[in-house]
Amino acid sequence: MRLITGDAFVEDAFTTVPDDAPLPESGGAIVSLTRFRRDRDILLARNSPVGVRLLASESPEHLGDDVRRLSLIALEFPKFRDGRAFSWARMLRTRLGFTGEIRAVGDFLYDQINYQRRVGFDAWEVPDHFTLEQFRRALTEMTNVYQPSTDGRKTIRELRGF
Amino acid sequence: MASPNMYRYDEFDAQFVAERVAQFRGQVVRRLAGELTEDQFKPLRLMNGLYLQLHAYMLRIAVPYGTLASRQMRKLAHIARKYDRGFGHFTTRTNMQFHWIKLVDVPDILAELAAVEMHCIQTSGNCVRNVTADPFAGATPEEIEDPRPLAEIIRQWSSLHPEFVFLARKFKIAVGATPHDRAALQWHDMCVEVVRNAQGRTGYKVSAGGGMGRTPYIAHMMSDFVEREDILAYLEAVLRVYNQDSRRDNIHKQRIKILINAIGPEEMRERVVREFEELKRMGTLQLPKEELARIAAYFAAPDFETLADDMPSGDAAFENWKKANVHRHKAPGYAIATISLKAIGQTPGDISADQMDAVADLMDEFSLGEVRVSHEQNLVLPHVRQRDLPAIFKRLQAIDLATPNAGLITDIIACPGLDYCDLANARSIPIAQTIAKRFADLDRQHRIGELKIKISGCINACGHHHAGHIGILGVDKKGVEFYQLLLGGSGAEDASVGQILGPGFGEHEIADAVERVVNYYVKVRRDGERFLDTYRRLGMEPFKNIAYQEQLSAAYNG
Repeated sequence: MRLITGDAFVEDAFTTVPDDAPLPESGGAIVSLTRFRRDRDILLARNSPVGVRLLASESPEHLGDDVRRLSLIALEFPKFRDGRAFSWARMLRTRLGFTGEIRAVGDFLYDQINYQRRVGFDAWEVPDHFTLEQFRRALTEMTNVYQPSTDGRKTIRELRGF
Repeated sequence: MASPNMYRYDEFDAQFVAERVAQFRGQVVRRLAGELTEDQFKPLRLMNGLYLQLHAYMLRIAVPYGTLASRQMRKLAHIARKYDRGFGHFTTRTNMQFHWIKLVDVPDILAELAAVEMHCIQTSGNCVRNVTADPFAGATPEEIEDPRPLAEIIRQWSSLHPEFVFLARKFKIAVGATPHDRAALQWHDMCVEVVRNAQGRTGYKVSAGGGMGRTPYIAHMMSDFVEREDILAYLEAVLRVYNQDSRRDNIHKQRIKILINAIGPEEMRERVVREFEELKRMGTLQLPKEELARIAAYFAAPDFETLADDMPSGDAAFENWKKANVHRHKAPGYAIATISLKAIGQTPGDISADQMDAVADLMDEFSLGEVRVSHEQNLVLPHVRQRDLPAIFKRLQAIDLATPNAGLITDIIACPGLDYCDLANARSIPIAQTIAKRFADLDRQHRIGELKIKISGCINACGHHHAGHIGILGVDKKGVEFYQLLLGGSGAEDASVGQILGPGFGEHEIADAVERVVNYYVKVRRDGERFLDTYRRLGMEPFKNIAYQEQLSAAYNG
């Protein structure tokens, strides 16, 4: 897997840590909500960025005020058909005011990237064969949008001058 | 050619649909090249209305809120001829389906549709589907205002909504504005009714959680009054709660009706209000008055001529048609005319390319270029001069579309059934045809009065059997088709869920059972009672006894 943020492939500054594995000495760590709840104090005291990976069934509201202390939230698509993470990302960017990285992980399709970006995702874990050209095309297939979302794009209504 | 008062694409709408066509063209290329598996392609094609059925691909074209212009009708005729077998099928969601489509042709068909401001966006898949409306909108004297501007606003807001294109299940919205419900509002995942509050202000009543399928429910009221400018925020709030909280572990339990009935309407309202308040505070979804006015202007009432009411008379055939198919219009001297697509012995909702072209001519000559599709699978000429009715009737006779049965027992809703659909357990069309033939005598139909028969070939209920005064559900029992009888359903303002009488009837018994039930009703009804009223007064028992009299199918079920 490779990671896209902004408009480029980047080195992943985070390690995804299984629930039963020790935390890395240094560097960012992504843990499950279960692990975060268990080791919250240790994680937050580590002096390294912390990320939480949420299942599609886990609302970000479960994180409570800790959301503000996280650098990254990974939202999992267990199946590309499961669209709950679209609402979680939206909620993170609006209600919860989360400004860190929201990373799309799991089974999502090229055809969903544009929607993901609109609701607040800004990082994508993609298969190795996926190209930047595909990524850019996914974001530009549809020029305009009818409805406001967290991306702040002008809607067609606004472009019409209303 | 008349140019009807309906929404017209501007440059933004046109670009949106054109890009969507190009995008789908790319998806088809990727599928044909093997880059997409059928499993991955499926939700993408479904969001463009493309189904894989028993014999071929089926393409479902959106007819937003059932409104069609003549040039669009001619385009559908052209597509029927060029890409299908010369006919199409109007559905209970007011869409048009073509059942014999080739995958490679679909991008070209979408491009042809885009040229007349049509598309297939979200006519299938787990997203917000094509919005439906009262087919008499803008023409009936009953309405508070034309609900179609709101429907168009909903269409735009829900088109490729980034948060709601991968919902747990499909999501159907309908709008209405009259006390008399002609759009089966309460059976939708969400419905919006234009209402006036005690202060005389116009706003919207929103209900949610209706639906057919294997667990039928009537919608629950969510808010009895939402201010105009807040309506999109409210609808978004409902969808957000649904997207976040719906089950995802069992496809049969993922509609919003299941969620609402699991947590209760009170809890649902609370969750919706929480989202709604937040959306209102953000303000981004607030509808400016100017935008509402701009959209409403497209649907402004046409310049009706100053006429006096003067309903023409004619021979018995015309009078019969007038009695069933002609309805009161809001403008003096005008009428609303239903074109029945339920010719006795034909497939409900089917229309040939030649008929489509002929209807387009009638639209131009007599109805200000416009026609409506009703959820009962008929067409409606919304604005005709009363004095033109004899000429219209004659022209309809010439193309076999003058069946005088709107709202009568032979005006049957039926899904395509096992003849086309790979979900079906049993055929629907032949049953509809047999029953229609049985009751073909028009005097008898009028004596029976309003009686809505609705037939589905499987539990998915595309033929609305739960909402039929008499509903018929096809089931498969060890390879044999059986038909369950349901009574007492309604898709109107008095919405109710039909009750299953008992064991199914065989293919050759169901029409007899229906006839026994209908004859019994005629015998015991009180003055002015519709079938539904009599059933509600007497309850199931006497009808059950009659239906199973001479019960041969007992042998099958014993």
